[in-house]
Amino acid sequence: MNILVCVKQVPGSNNVKVDEKTGVLIRNGVQSKMNPYDLYGVELALMLKEKYGADVQTITMGPPQAKDVIIETICMGAKCGTVLSDRKFAGADVLATAYTLSQGIQKIGDFDIIICGKQTTDGDTAQVGAEIAEYLNLPNIANVQSVDEIKDGKISLTASLDNKTVKMLVTMPCVLSVDGDINSPRLPSYKVKQTVCDDMVKFLSFNDFSDQNENNYGLKGSATQVERIFPPEKNSDKQMIQGTFEEQAQTLFNILESKKLI
Amino acid sequence: MGKLVVKNELITKENAKELISLCPFGAITYDDNKIEITSACKMCKICAKKGGGLIEYVEDEKARVVDKSLWNGILVYVDHEGENIHPVTYELLGKANELKQVTNHPVYALVLGCDMGKSIEKLLYYNVDKVFVYDYPELKDFRIEPYTAAFYDFIEKIKPSSVLLGATNLGRQLAPRIAARCRAGLTADCTVLKMKENTDLVQIRPAFGGNIMAQIVSTDTRPQFCTVRYKVFNEPKRTNEPSGEIINMSIQKEKLISKIEVIDTFDKPKDIDISEADVIVAVGRGAQSENMRNQAQKLADLLGGVIACTRPLTEANIFDAKRQIGLSGRTVKPKLIICLGISGAVQFAAGMKSSDCIVAINTDKNASIFDVAHYGIVGDVNQIVPMLIDYVSEAKNV
Repeated sequence: MNILVCVKQVPGSNNVKVDEKTGVLIRNGVQSKMNPYDLYGVELALMLKEKYGADVQTITMGPPQAKDVIIETICMGAKCGTVLSDRKFAGADVLATAYTLSQGIQKIGDFDIIICGKQTTDGDTAQVGAEIAEYLNLPNIANVQSVDEIKDGKISLTASLDNKTVKMLVTMPCVLSVDGDINSPRLPSYKVKQTVCDDMVKFLSFNDFSDQNENNYGLKGSATQVERIFPPEKNSDKQMIQGTFEEQAQTLFNILESKKLI
Repeated sequence: MGKLVVKNELITKENAKELISLCPFGAITYDDNKIEITSACKMCKICAKKGGGLIEYVEDEKARVVDKSLWNGILVYVDHEGENIHPVTYELLGKANELKQVTNHPVYALVLGCDMGKSIEKLLYYNVDKVFVYDYPELKDFRIEPYTAAFYDFIEKIKPSSVLLGATNLGRQLAPRIAARCRAGLTADCTVLKMKENTDLVQIRPAFGGNIMAQIVSTDTRPQFCTVRYKVFNEPKRTNEPSGEIINMSIQKEKLISKIEVIDTFDKPKDIDISEADVIVAVGRGAQSENMRNQAQKLADLLGGVIACTRPLTEANIFDAKRQIGLSGRTVKPKLIICLGISGAVQFAAGMKSSDCIVAINTDKNASIFDVAHYGIVGDVNQIVPMLIDYVSEAKNV
């Protein structure tokens, strides 16, 4: 069985501000880390590998330094990984990101299961997994809570809809987006880290893909454009509610009601 | 659409440094006396605007063009489980009616399901012009392939300009799949929607965990897809008389095949994921008496929320650890959190300070919880909470 996990390198913190004069993003520090939601996907893949036997690979798209997250997945137990990196991929929205990943996946090989995290902490959209599945013409299931059994080319699993838990049987190959907190991701092994070598991380760029139309990648391949960014309206300063207990309770109620919280 | 061109003949060590520091994404590198822009570039064009002409933004031909006049209508996807229509649907119909004021487009609703019966007629009380229904046994349970196929069939036939979906677990799967099939733009979790006269949908959403707002448009593709979370927009008043018509749609059965089989569905136990809750009543040591905990539970029930606690209360085995907020517990970001008798240690505050509305009630006016609260009351929870419960239950009964 071949399993691929999609991961992403995200900023170490969401603590960014907009300079109100220039409209420039100010980021505190440039540290980055693996998207925490992806760890659950990697762990699920490794658990399946231990139970059923499988090759686990990982893939990411980003600048060359995104190879750090691939190395982290190798230290957790993945066999190898791929970084899709090219200036032509820059400025990609969900549509172009998913398209680029699907091109990369097709280039690497055939997979029985493609696993994505629920969402990223920087984009927060939770959309890329389903769009990859569309481009690869595979069934996809989101909010996967557990993989219960794999037998005869089919996976029985449990996923969460809004008010319901659903047990499903899906024919492989398929794309699964897993919820957070469904397992306890293992820590990267220091021992393995000593043995990671360069050929475990492969780089692919635009020229390696079968679709050579630049208009499908990066900013050109994106359907959405960011017109502007601006700081959110600041919370009005703290308000202390005065008066007797009765008046305080009444005022608080009025505030909550006017804010539609009641 | 365009690209960035670096005038490397003008680059020196010094101005290269400045360019590198300009880029918020660390996408500019300097090597071999040459500036390179790496794939970390988000095309924010700040380097072109502020780089003193060293980097130029060159516009090129549009990759896509669309005749917007062929795309007409604002579509709301009807989110439902069986006969229960999710209320986010009505909120979106209300917003669609606001948006149509600008373009005079009709408001459509799309139902994908099986044997929905009379429940579909409920939609006619929300100023919808046409309700399109695909009624097939293959659409009884939500499965991505037949749902996408029917949705795509609809889009090809009716060509709506904008499509609004609820950001439910279901909508979050369906929206990207159908948007990708249409090769169209999709914006998740919009908090503001506006319409331009040229039918471009202006979508505003928080980014970077809410630290930045982004205004997004899709000027060259149709339809324009977006998802909106439940309770972001107001539910409109139900009209007295139904209006609009219900139209049954048909699709070839072969298009509704799926590789997914739904074996069984269960109702979720009403339980305790405090991080998913919209309303939280949190209790600390100042509210740990049994009576106060009961009051807090009552308040939480009235507000449709859950009860949560600080670390000392889980350590004392008063609450399950799943209910603990803070660094060693869960991080929560509800729309409303009411903190009762909580002093507000840093570890607790770190787990809840990004909540939309924070109310704190504590007898100690110097408690640090008041530093993160939006509304503070210095007072006794035992006195104030019962009164608050009275006001809320009175309002709920009306």
